[in-house]
Amino acid sequence: MQERPSPDRTAAHLSRLEIRPSLTERNRRIGERIIEGGIFSIAALSIVFIFLIFFFTFREAAPIFFGSEKEETQAAVFDDYKLPGEPEPAATATSSSSEQEVYNPESGSAPGVRSDSAAARGDSATAGGTATDSAATTPAAGGDVEVYNPESGSIPVSTPESAQTDMDAARAIVGNDYPILTHESPVKLSYLAYKTWQPNSEHPRYGIYSILIGTLKTTLIALLIATPLSILAALYTAFFAPKRLREILKPIIELLAGFPSVVLGFFCLMTVATVVQTVFGIDSRMNAFVGGIGLALAVIPIIYTITDDSLRSVPGSLREAALAVGASEWQAAYQVMLPAATPGIFAAILLGLGRAFGETMIALMATGNAGTVSWSFFDPVRTFAATIGAEMGEVQHGSPHYQLLFMLGVLLFVFSFAINLVTEFYVKQRLIKRFRGSE
Amino acid sequence: MKEHRKTAIGFMALRLPLIATVIILLTIFAIVGNFVITGAPYLSWEFFTAAPTNANTEGGIYPAIIGTAALVLLMTLAAVPVGTITAIYLTEYARQNSWFARTIRFAVNTLAGVPSVVFGLFGLGFFIQTIGGQIDEARWNKRMEVFEQTIQANGSPLAHGKIATVAEVQTYLTSIPDDDWSEQATKFSAFPRGTTARINDDIAKRYIASSVELNWGKPSLIWAALTLALLTLPVVIVSVEESLRTVPRDIREASLALGATKWETIRKVVIPNSLTGILTGSILAIGRGAGEVAPILFTGVVYSAQEGPTALTDQFMHLGYHLYILSTQSPDVDATRPLQYATTLVLLGLTLALNLMAILLRSYIRRKQAA
Repeated sequence: MQERPSPDRTAAHLSRLEIRPSLTERNRRIGERIIEGGIFSIAALSIVFIFLIFFFTFREAAPIFFGSEKEETQAAVFDDYKLPGEPEPAATATSSSSEQEVYNPESGSAPGVRSDSAAARGDSATAGGTATDSAATTPAAGGDVEVYNPESGSIPVSTPESAQTDMDAARAIVGNDYPILTHESPVKLSYLAYKTWQPNSEHPRYGIYSILIGTLKTTLIALLIATPLSILAALYTAFFAPKRLREILKPIIELLAGFPSVVLGFFCLMTVATVVQTVFGIDSRMNAFVGGIGLALAVIPIIYTITDDSLRSVPGSLREAALAVGASEWQAAYQVMLPAATPGIFAAILLGLGRAFGETMIALMATGNAGTVSWSFFDPVRTFAATIGAEMGEVQHGSPHYQLLFMLGVLLFVFSFAINLVTEFYVKQRLIKRFRGSE
Repeated sequence: MKEHRKTAIGFMALRLPLIATVIILLTIFAIVGNFVITGAPYLSWEFFTAAPTNANTEGGIYPAIIGTAALVLLMTLAAVPVGTITAIYLTEYARQNSWFARTIRFAVNTLAGVPSVVFGLFGLGFFIQTIGGQIDEARWNKRMEVFEQTIQANGSPLAHGKIATVAEVQTYLTSIPDDDWSEQATKFSAFPRGTTARINDDIAKRYIASSVELNWGKPSLIWAALTLALLTLPVVIVSVEESLRTVPRDIREASLALGATKWETIRKVVIPNSLTGILTGSILAIGRGAGEVAPILFTGVVYSAQEGPTALTDQFMHLGYHLYILSTQSPDVDATRPLQYATTLVLLGLTLALNLMAILLRSYIRRKQAA
């Protein structure tokens, strides 16, 4: 049986032929060393960037984990240029020790970009302080009570009664089981363990439960559709298809990986949504199922390619042995070759899972983006990645909402990193162990 | 009975893979066919050469095409050299199982698996706020320093303690022989005259300082391109590495035997022999980069523009983002259906053409290697 050497085998072949340093040592000049150093450090960039990605995504989200001391130091950067004879907005910022002010976006109309943002930061830092004070003065409601009235732009601490009415109004919106927050009040991790995600409401709620369910649902649907389809297709191209046909089929299926995700999202938005709606007769055009189909389209080429590769890398002798002891063609494929490639298929599904979990544009366009808590496949949902994509553009820099979106980003990063760790250190080792003896 | 069941299972087992393959193929053809059939009638010369008008509901996609091209070009300039050099390190210098090479491979795999929206967050936190912010702050401090010096040297109406009229300040600023200052003089015309016509020198400084625009610390073309470059880096590395490995060992050894150093061998023998592979990697990266929207959502893309970007710090329109905006954010989604389909067709055609090119180049390399 003629078979082209797989890349791995070529690599092993080459490494055996590696030229010993002693042979080339005397030819090395200083320039050679410098070039080598340069190549070495550029090669190290990938590692550096992994650390940077983690560090800088985490840094923006850090106040959620460690409290927000950072804010004050940032506000101090441009303080030198805030001067006493200032027009109104900056004047409030300079006297930040008094408790009178809360940042009011209506009146904050200084033409200077710098002073404006500095004032906003300074105020958001103080708003946290005043809010805690107000909680101390009105202990009746209990818990984290932080009232702020954006209409009047002044803190209602001065009159306890008005604070009480404001708080009642807020309670009516937020409900009894959630702390009343403002857009400036710092977020604690405990705020996340609730259902509703409404960061833009007057009294924001940051529960991520609904988003978590939405993400799990779409990911599950995507994998349920993509895994059987792509593994079977890989079986076909690896074993059953005539050689000429597979040379055509493989690139075509892999072409799906080159489809931009906006295009897939748009396809779901227009075509898949209509088809699903007609077939199942549901109210909402955009729902978890439509989004799941879109994600499956993105995941299929990933699972297919890796499964096909690992099926091909199973030694042909296994199949021949199975056929020799009387197994039929399909028994050899399903009962010998497929189990032999399990670690590779497992890796394929894991990587597909990572893709489905973190895919943004398809989820943004096809899932309906509603944070409802339901386990029905035909309700509109919202995913982590889509939440970041939809809300990051409008959020104010450094606000709790902003930090939360970065925290979701950290979650996505850690998840994909964990998937890679598993494939790297578990799956690959298993694969190597399994085939070392048989080769 | 048992025999019969066995054949039934066997029958299914042999047919199911074929059915799955057909389903996938049909979906692919359905997507392509759908967009070709519905999008093609709307393509016109004007669609490619005109700017969008009437809040993106009419007109063409010219700025989006230029913006995408500029973005992808800058991205390639950053990703291809770094990716190629990393691949060279991995194939030529690193020992196959050294921990460093394995860590790099792991990092590359991780980069390939990081969700694209996380790259966007990283671009925002690192490129824009950290690097761009530093650049802006340095420019701003420099500007203030120069300004203070100029005032002290010339005895201007803005020297400490004096009070000047807005007109005086404007005249003075225009007299400083530097374009930037006259720009800032114009800034003063926006000064709120209702309060006072005479201004304190300190206030003047505030206004001048604030007129230094945030050029780098804001979303712009360069940061979006660098973010995308990071995303496409693994594509380049994997593809170039594959082609470097196809360069026969004999050629390298012949070169070394003739007295060439390792770097000379790489530069004059290995790289020329794998140029097609580097090209393939670049094309694949371009195809991937042109279609990605999530990383540029908050690092530089803009809703609407009349022109393509002209400077590194400009914001730009992008085909994919344009499609997203048209199909979900537009006030009248149904009215812009033709534009949506046409834009999709252009974007899909572009990425598919690039991918097909890469496939052809790859099979060319493999055939050459086999020969």
